[in-house]
Amino acid sequence: MSDSPVLTQDALEAAHHAHPPYQRHHFETMDQQNDATNFAMWLFLLTEIMFFGGLFTAYLILRNWYYPAFVAASHQLNVYWGSLNTLVLISSSFTMAMGVWCAETRRKSGLVLCLTLTFLLGLVFLGIKTIEYSEKIEKHHVPGFHYSLQSFLNPASDPAAAQYGDKPLALDMARKTELYFFLYFAMTGMHALHMIIGIAILGFMIFRARAGAYTTGHVTFVENFGLYWHFVDIIWIFLFPLLYLISRHQ
Amino acid sequence: MSTTIVTLPDQSTARIPKMNYLSKENGLLSWLLTGDHKRIAILYLISISFFFFIGGALAGLIRLELLTPQSDLMATDTYNKIFSMHGIIMIFFFLVPSVPATLGNFLIPMMLGAKDLALPKVNLLSWYLYIAAGILALYAMITGGVDTGWTFTTPLSTHYVNTNVITTGMAIFIAGFSSIFTGLNFIVTIHKMRAPGMTWFRMPLFVWAHYATSILMVLGTPVLAIALVLVVLERTVGIGVFDPAKGGDPLLFQHLFWFYSHPAVYIMILPGMGVISEVISTFSRKRVFGYTAVAFSSVAIAVFGFFVWAHHMFIMGISNYSVLIFSLLTMLVAVPSAIKIFNWAFTLYKGSITFETPMLYAFGFMGLFTIGGMTGIFLGTSGVDIHLTETYFIVAHFHFVMVGGMLMAFLAGVHFWWPKMTGRMYPEKISQLAALVTFIGFNLTFFPQFILGTLGMPRRYASYPPEFQVLNVFSTAGATILGIGYLLPVLYLTWSLKYGEIAGNNPWQATGLEWQTQSPPLTENFVELPIMDHEAYDYEWLERQKEKEVASVG
Amino acid sequence: MSDISPVLWQFLVKWLTNFALFPPEASRIAPQMDALYFFIVLVSLVGLTIVILLVTSFSILYSKKRHPVAVQIEGSTLLEATWTIIPLGLFLVMFVWGALIYFRVYTPPANAMNIYVVGKQWMWKAEHPGGQHEINALHVPINRPIQLTLISQDVFHSFSIPAFRVKREAIPGRYTSVWFEATTPGTYHLFCTQYCGTEHSHMIGEVVAMSPDDYKKWLASSTSGSSLAQNGERLFASLSCNACHNTRPDARGPSLANVYGSKLRLSTGQTITADDAYIREAILSPSQHITQGYAPIMPTYQGQISEDGVIALVEYIKNLNSDYRVQQTTTTTDLLPESEGKAAPAGQTSAGKGMVNQ
Repeated sequence: MSDSPVLTQDALEAAHHAHPPYQRHHFETMDQQNDATNFAMWLFLLTEIMFFGGLFTAYLILRNWYYPAFVAASHQLNVYWGSLNTLVLISSSFTMAMGVWCAETRRKSGLVLCLTLTFLLGLVFLGIKTIEYSEKIEKHHVPGFHYSLQSFLNPASDPAAAQYGDKPLALDMARKTELYFFLYFAMTGMHALHMIIGIAILGFMIFRARAGAYTTGHVTFVENFGLYWHFVDIIWIFLFPLLYLISRHQ
Repeated sequence: MSTTIVTLPDQSTARIPKMNYLSKENGLLSWLLTGDHKRIAILYLISISFFFFIGGALAGLIRLELLTPQSDLMATDTYNKIFSMHGIIMIFFFLVPSVPATLGNFLIPMMLGAKDLALPKVNLLSWYLYIAAGILALYAMITGGVDTGWTFTTPLSTHYVNTNVITTGMAIFIAGFSSIFTGLNFIVTIHKMRAPGMTWFRMPLFVWAHYATSILMVLGTPVLAIALVLVVLERTVGIGVFDPAKGGDPLLFQHLFWFYSHPAVYIMILPGMGVISEVISTFSRKRVFGYTAVAFSSVAIAVFGFFVWAHHMFIMGISNYSVLIFSLLTMLVAVPSAIKIFNWAFTLYKGSITFETPMLYAFGFMGLFTIGGMTGIFLGTSGVDIHLTETYFIVAHFHFVMVGGMLMAFLAGVHFWWPKMTGRMYPEKISQLAALVTFIGFNLTFFPQFILGTLGMPRRYASYPPEFQVLNVFSTAGATILGIGYLLPVLYLTWSLKYGEIAGNNPWQATGLEWQTQSPPLTENFVELPIMDHEAYDYEWLERQKEKEVASVG
Repeated sequence: MSDISPVLWQFLVKWLTNFALFPPEASRIAPQMDALYFFIVLVSLVGLTIVILLVTSFSILYSKKRHPVAVQIEGSTLLEATWTIIPLGLFLVMFVWGALIYFRVYTPPANAMNIYVVGKQWMWKAEHPGGQHEINALHVPINRPIQLTLISQDVFHSFSIPAFRVKREAIPGRYTSVWFEATTPGTYHLFCTQYCGTEHSHMIGEVVAMSPDDYKKWLASSTSGSSLAQNGERLFASLSCNACHNTRPDARGPSLANVYGSKLRLSTGQTITADDAYIREAILSPSQHITQGYAPIMPTYQGQISEDGVIALVEYIKNLNSDYRVQQTTTTTDLLPESEGKAAPAGQTSAGKGMVNQ
């Protein structure tokens, strides 16, 4: 075998095909680059499903064991705030989808508007979540921090429980509500963390979109972020019925 | 050596190509901000070696303590911290990233004929995550350590120990994301970055093995991540889903933990199997016997590997019927490994074999992995598992697979691709000696542990009944030899960076695309886009290429 | 010879005199398990030999010197099928054989004598039906099936007797069980094999297998005066369990006579067998296990009774049956010379029944 061909800097430069500035050097074509990054995003979402899967498994097992506790504890959640938040999140998915469309059709101002709306709706979601969390803190429903069983031992004293006509739980079952709230905070907290990360990236994207970054034909970043945002939305679509709705008529 | 196949270039005129990935840019920043998969692989190689020797030093302390039956060298809680940190560092900071993040990172794009991995920045990010996790783990170790064992069994880890569980847990969480990103990058690269003509069944088996590994990394690691998050939360707030006192289920932790940690065993061995396929084919100058079977056996291991986790829980009170199912599936997952061993053995048949260092390590791998695999059958057999589990038999079994298997494969791979990575040969004689020393030391260290385990000596004991001492003395003596076996390569490989002979493009006359370019390669790997017009391991194609070149030069 | 190196010499002597490949076979199951163990050892050795033979013979026959040009071979479906099917067949044999032994080890016979074992950091407490307590030791008679019901007070532990080839995890919050029948009198190791914290390696003890006569003597010499069921009876009364669990027509709780081992219909409509685990759960989290026809008024005793106390209660409730277990317990206590006089009039069977019937 001969020695390696002697290469000059010129030869290497010439080997670079003319390509758009956003095409990374190690890709042969733009299609390959878009395919690869999209595929990567789908795989990442798959890992996220496995991640949340662990929480859902824990929820299903414990719900099965301590059914009355889970029913009574879920009555403490405010369905109106929950439904409103679902609406907010679905709307934000809509604005995000519109944003992707704007980027694809190179509408800069439309893109900035959509991203800003998504950003704001995300903040609204977190704001409502904060209100819900503070209700829990007031009622001492935060596991591990002076957790109070009052609403479950004596539901008549608690309007949220009384509204469903809850019967008092036995002490041992009432204690299991703490597990429900542990899961509630773990699951919605993990979801909120994903929202916060998403909102931070959205802020960065708005900044870049105003400079016209995504409206020159290279929209993979917006598309992939859109996938992420819809995924976070879908997680909520599972959390909402499991935590808020499933036990409403028990 | 008359039988060697090394065809080094004429050493009087030989030189390292001026333009290569090492020389392209200089300075620390050009390394720390690089997107080049080869440079990231080198960064990984240095960092995992560092962690390997920390883990190795801890192993040395363990063996020293076990020289005598009393816990006299250190207090029991110190011993517990040391074996915990040994396990954590060796598994999460050495074995999981060992072959994939170094050799895989370096070679997968080259083997596929690509310029880089699909996501170079993510690749760099994954190294930084690894480093951050490593520093956090070391910080946890220095500021008091952790004594839960690497398994973090609840409720011990959540309510009963007062060591750095949270810090270590977070370190492993971050290391997990490093591993997820590596796996994700490999899958995307293998799907989308193959050169023209590189069909799935023309890919080297090394790539197939990494594809299977990556699937395990991407789907398994997040489950470990959430299990650790729940442990950390439970420790922080004092209540959680694993707490039996509050109505939680400690077995749920076992299920979640082993859902990752059993596939993790395959994450740790499959890439090694990939290395062995390449090495054995090259040094017998023959295509791998039953390519498709070996390729599919990797995928089969990955798929079955997800459904055997509860065999770690046979005595933990899971129902007898789940024991039946998991024991049966464990038997099924053993079959692909057996297929691989026999296919490698038959690759030698009618070959033209030479015995360079990588081949010696590969032979070591085959022997030790066979023992490691067969002892796995003992443990998968539910009845015998009752007696052998949680004893030194388990310890010996997984060290045969992890150290005898993966570490041997890692060393085989590092020697095999050393000329490609650095452009220089390692010194052959001393490295053959190192391979031999490692093999002898390894057997002396771990074989007595099978007998200890059968006799009933439990694992994770700082002190033990005196009748077990003799075998423990053998084991400690072996560990000393093994330590020398691992230090030697560091010394002579470092030496070879400056004084090794110039290797040339393809010293082993191997067929992989990575050998058809200069050593060390260009940053872009190839001068022009390679086109794969032949099967993998096509030595006749290689002969024709050589003839062509001779003709054109002539 | 011995002057070469006394240390080395001593070492070798020690090794040769103590050398063993497997622990003593001191239980009924041990030879059966060892048979399977050595079968797998044999298969492994044959497999390993085949691999080593193939590799060395090919290395010699086809080294580059002897065989300069390799012959390219694709593979062989027939050969590959052979080494897929033969190992698979062997593995399946091991699977079936292993499962048979597994089921045997974890399925106690109906006439087994039950000993409760509580694990805690870092000791084993054994509770014999006759009221004998032991710490880090277990005395058992030979030639009699012994069932161990294990539970942990804190973290996972594992109760291992290598000479009997049995091992079972002691789990916090639930009972597990294992059984064995010792065959050879002697003293054997007892280990905790699940890592359980700082003093894990000191959570060891000994199992003493004794002839039935020695065992009787041991029972007599280590009695605490009252049987486990009697302790339970006292606890039952002091916790006022009998305020509700009695046989009066207006009783607020179900009667517990003959409840052990019976099928209960719960308020959820499920049918459940009242075993040890069920009774424990019913004491600690009663609201999950409401018997049909009763109101969920029983308070939880979680945090008020130790695992030992729960065990005493379970044993007491068990003895409200008129089956062989009562017999068994009375005979063990009746063996005690000085308690014979005391225990017989206040014998827990009649006293227990009496209390429930009052």
